[in-house]
Amino acid sequence: MIINHPLLGPRDAQEFTYLGDANLLNRPNPDAPDAAERFYEYLYLRDNPAGLHRELWYHEQGDRSWLVVTRNTLTHEITKVELARDVARAAQAAGESA
Amino acid sequence: MRYSGFHVIWEALTGHKGWTPAWRDPAPQSDYDIIIVGGGGHGLATAYYLAKEFQQARIAVLEKGWIGGGNVGRNTTIVRSNYMLPGNEPFYEFSMKLWEGLEQDFNYNAMVSQRGVLNLYHTDAQRDAYTRRGNAMRLYGVDAELLGRDQVRAMYPFLNFDNARFPIKGGLLQRRGGTVRHDAVAWGYARGADQRGVDIIQNCEVTGFRITDGRIAGVETSRGYIGAKKVGVAVAGASSRVMAHAGMRLPIESHVLQAFVSEGLKPLIDGVITYGAGHFYVSQSDKGGLVFGGDIDGYNSYAQRGNLPVVEDVCEGGMSLMPNIGRARLLRMWGGIMDMSMDGSPIIDRTDVDGLYFNGGWCYGGFKATPASGYCFAHLLARDTPHPTATAYRFDRFRKGLMIDEKGMGAQPNLH
Repeated sequence: MIINHPLLGPRDAQEFTYLGDANLLNRPNPDAPDAAERFYEYLYLRDNPAGLHRELWYHEQGDRSWLVVTRNTLTHEITKVELARDVARAAQAAGESA
Repeated sequence: MRYSGFHVIWEALTGHKGWTPAWRDPAPQSDYDIIIVGGGGHGLATAYYLAKEFQQARIAVLEKGWIGGGNVGRNTTIVRSNYMLPGNEPFYEFSMKLWEGLEQDFNYNAMVSQRGVLNLYHTDAQRDAYTRRGNAMRLYGVDAELLGRDQVRAMYPFLNFDNARFPIKGGLLQRRGGTVRHDAVAWGYARGADQRGVDIIQNCEVTGFRITDGRIAGVETSRGYIGAKKVGVAVAGASSRVMAHAGMRLPIESHVLQAFVSEGLKPLIDGVITYGAGHFYVSQSDKGGLVFGGDIDGYNSYAQRGNLPVVEDVCEGGMSLMPNIGRARLLRMWGGIMDMSMDGSPIIDRTDVDGLYFNGGWCYGGFKATPASGYCFAHLLARDTPHPTATAYRFDRFRKGLMIDEKGMGAQPNLH
């Protein structure tokens, strides 16, 4: 797979480390009254879709940036690559989860 | 029809005209007592044991494609019970014992071959870890032998013992481990279940569950609605997709694991060898092909095919362990979809819906568990209590922090 890095251009997926569903950006509030339940869901439960999947990749052998990659889990086709930083900031500005 | 050596000779002398199909092809009835979703090894084994050991009747197995077309036909056929933790070892040993009597039990040649599984170690620390594992196994009455370098050399003189970085220091051997002809496992269970009245319905995809007042009423399928008192789901690889129909999110990610077969070679490896310093394990099939595999690719996938970096990694592992395979050609390679659970251990449990039961999360170790998985799932379905060897495989272990972290890895942390 080739990941089209927003800053560095097309890079081999071997340079990256995979983390998983991009929902991991949305860490629950640890002070919320239902924090234990929310963290259980955050840590362990996954949508695990067959089709488009937004996921976190870390450019470990490159510029060490975190990316949000939109990839089809049925075909491995990558349709969108964003800097995780931008995704998180945009969500923060909009006041919602990423 | 009961298969026997006499029967084979009789048919050979009379032109093979007496063979009949090994199982029927029935149309689905309007309702059943128990429906098993998924006609793979685990689902068929569940139906078989439900009918045989738990005296249940009116059972159907619904399969989206053809039986045995998923992971039971895509693995590397290895069976073993060399686990360590209390939640795991009794279960896998129960499975091993069922393998040992399986062919007589279901009257089908599954080519169970207890040829020995050898896990190599390459450092002092790894030897200590294997000593501990072997001792844990023996505490459960399972055979385990710690071999030194010379004993391993006597078994497999061609291994790369003097690799500068990962010299082979010895290995942990389970002689009762080995290989089983994987397709025959599915076929044998299917035939055995069918003979006991189970309807095996192929080309019948479950598209939804009908749930009324928190209780299962039946399943919507591509061949119409079928009512059921109880439904057991055993569709590892597609667990999240199927359980999403019941509104459940699972502690599971689907990942692809690749496996490989070389061209046929003369007899070289009479057991199973796993490399302790890289991701490579190998056995030799009766046709002569080296059957080997390695890591999961490491990203969510439903594609049943992997990518080249892992192919390269597996072949590098093979070359550093046994350089003599360097000129052998790869014949085939394929991928299967694994239910990677968050702690690397399976789930056999009830769900929040009354009458709906789940079996999955087998990671890349589902094949060896097939008989015990079927037996324990049948126990749960028939009696509504978990089998004594499978009490730890619960959904709520994640919420309660009771993970069974045999190796401390599930979908993460990329240590496969």
